[in-house]
Amino acid sequence: MYPENYRYTKEHEWVLVEGDAGTVGITDHAQHELGDIVYVDFKYGRDTLKAGQQVEQGKSIGSVESVKAVSDIYSPVSGEIVEINQSLADTPEKLNADPHGEAWLFKIRLSNPGEIANLLSAADYEAYIGAEK
Amino acid sequence: MLAACGVESAEDLFAHLPEAVRLKRPLDLPDGVSEYEIVDYFRRQGDRNANGYASFLGAGVYAHYRPVLVDTVVSRGEFLTSYTPYQAEISQGTLTTIFEFQTMICQLTGMDVANASMYDGSTALAEAALMAARLTSKGGLLVARTVHPEYQEVLQTYAKNQGMPITEFGYDPGTGAADLDDLERKLNSLDAAVILQSPNFFGVVEDVNRAAELAHRRAALLVMGFTEAVSLGILQPPAEADILAGELQSFAISPSYGGPYAGIIATRDRFVRQMPGRLVGETTDTHGNRAFCLTLATREQHIRREKATSNICTNQALIALMATVFMSVYGKQGLRELAEQNLAKAHYLAGKLTPRFSGPFFNEFVVSTNGRNPEEINRALLERKIIGGLPLGRFYPELSGAMLLCATEMSRREDMDALAAIF
Repeated sequence: MYPENYRYTKEHEWVLVEGDAGTVGITDHAQHELGDIVYVDFKYGRDTLKAGQQVEQGKSIGSVESVKAVSDIYSPVSGEIVEINQSLADTPEKLNADPHGEAWLFKIRLSNPGEIANLLSAADYEAYIGAEK
Repeated sequence: MLAACGVESAEDLFAHLPEAVRLKRPLDLPDGVSEYEIVDYFRRQGDRNANGYASFLGAGVYAHYRPVLVDTVVSRGEFLTSYTPYQAEISQGTLTTIFEFQTMICQLTGMDVANASMYDGSTALAEAALMAARLTSKGGLLVARTVHPEYQEVLQTYAKNQGMPITEFGYDPGTGAADLDDLERKLNSLDAAVILQSPNFFGVVEDVNRAAELAHRRAALLVMGFTEAVSLGILQPPAEADILAGELQSFAISPSYGGPYAGIIATRDRFVRQMPGRLVGETTDTHGNRAFCLTLATREQHIRREKATSNICTNQALIALMATVFMSVYGKQGLRELAEQNLAKAHYLAGKLTPRFSGPFFNEFVVSTNGRNPEEINRALLERKIIGGLPLGRFYPELSGAMLLCATEMSRREDMDALAAIF
């Protein structure tokens, strides 16, 4: 269920790191808790999140809205935004269907690959959400 | 019941209170009276009001006819006494009427989406300003001096506590319209919105297109306010406006000493996520039938908390329903006819007086009192059972020798002639 080669945060984001290239999304647990997702708002501070934006690990890069809730998303790593998944604007429901694959949120060039040492492995994350219940 | 409570007398229920705080004498109230005496008392008090007087007072609250059907519909228990009826499972009737209301407002104003109503026009305008600030991520407000002065006061209260600077731009002393050259000079790139009202407080119709152009050039939004909803029956809707905020009191809502009224916010699709207030949407139920429910609830404070678009979490359901019935009763053609009558009567009256401003007006206009004290004119009118206009000195010191007059479909020719004679 939770890919071994991904790293996870306690705020239910995942990141796939290949060299200094990262792909970030929300976990299956997150989409399940949110319910039917209707909108993704990419924001850093007061501005719309765009390619080129420098972001810090742990800072909010926007929020995911479902019918009944809103949840902030935090970047699991620091670096420069390379690409935002624009297809989510038209089909946000992909986040429910394929949160670990097609519904990635953004791609980032890591400024400090050492940061991933702070993140959870798949096993740690599964234990964490198991304990949350 | 005393036995069920485990006491012997009613007095025992208060036994736990200290002696020192117990009242030892009867309350200072008169004896009870019969229902007839009560009704008679209030009827006699009511007779002291200016019943049946002709009124030429506008200035944000208007004397329009209330079709009988309005009270017939809103008096139904299902509407009158239901409390916050927004739960889709049991309130389809109410949600349907709100959806109809939103739809009619969009048809009337040419906007893409309208909410379920606000408290009144003044707070709707203030909320629209905050909405513009969120949308632009900027804070400055450019407000026309021709916006209703009390709406400006409400706006100042909201803006002050949000740290949003307000700059006023003036009006042309010849036309009575907002001075858009002054606006152009004062607008800068830190401004979130230009706030204009049309027809303005003096009754004059504003140049919306030019105001929009100036605002957009500085990446600011144009917020248009209105106080006289009947004007929408004949004036071109402000298509260039980004957010419309207005008062619906003219649509079968009784003046009632200032409220309750219903305001409205309407806007473009792309701004809907920053719109405050309740929003009803159309959907299907589990059987595939058409149904209505609250939507985009994630704008609201019960979900987004301190990041919500507003603290407003309800609407003026019953009052908005009065406006909905009014719009249904008149329809598009009827509303046009109503607006034409207002236009004709006001211009008939203006023709007998000397309007101060040359700008085009709907059903209100300003007249100079030619040296006479406006209050003194009003006293003379009152003796003829006519309520005169608003002396403007109270809000505009530069216009202390002038009065704002309003004529509606309810104004009788003989009263207009009598007013003109006393002027």
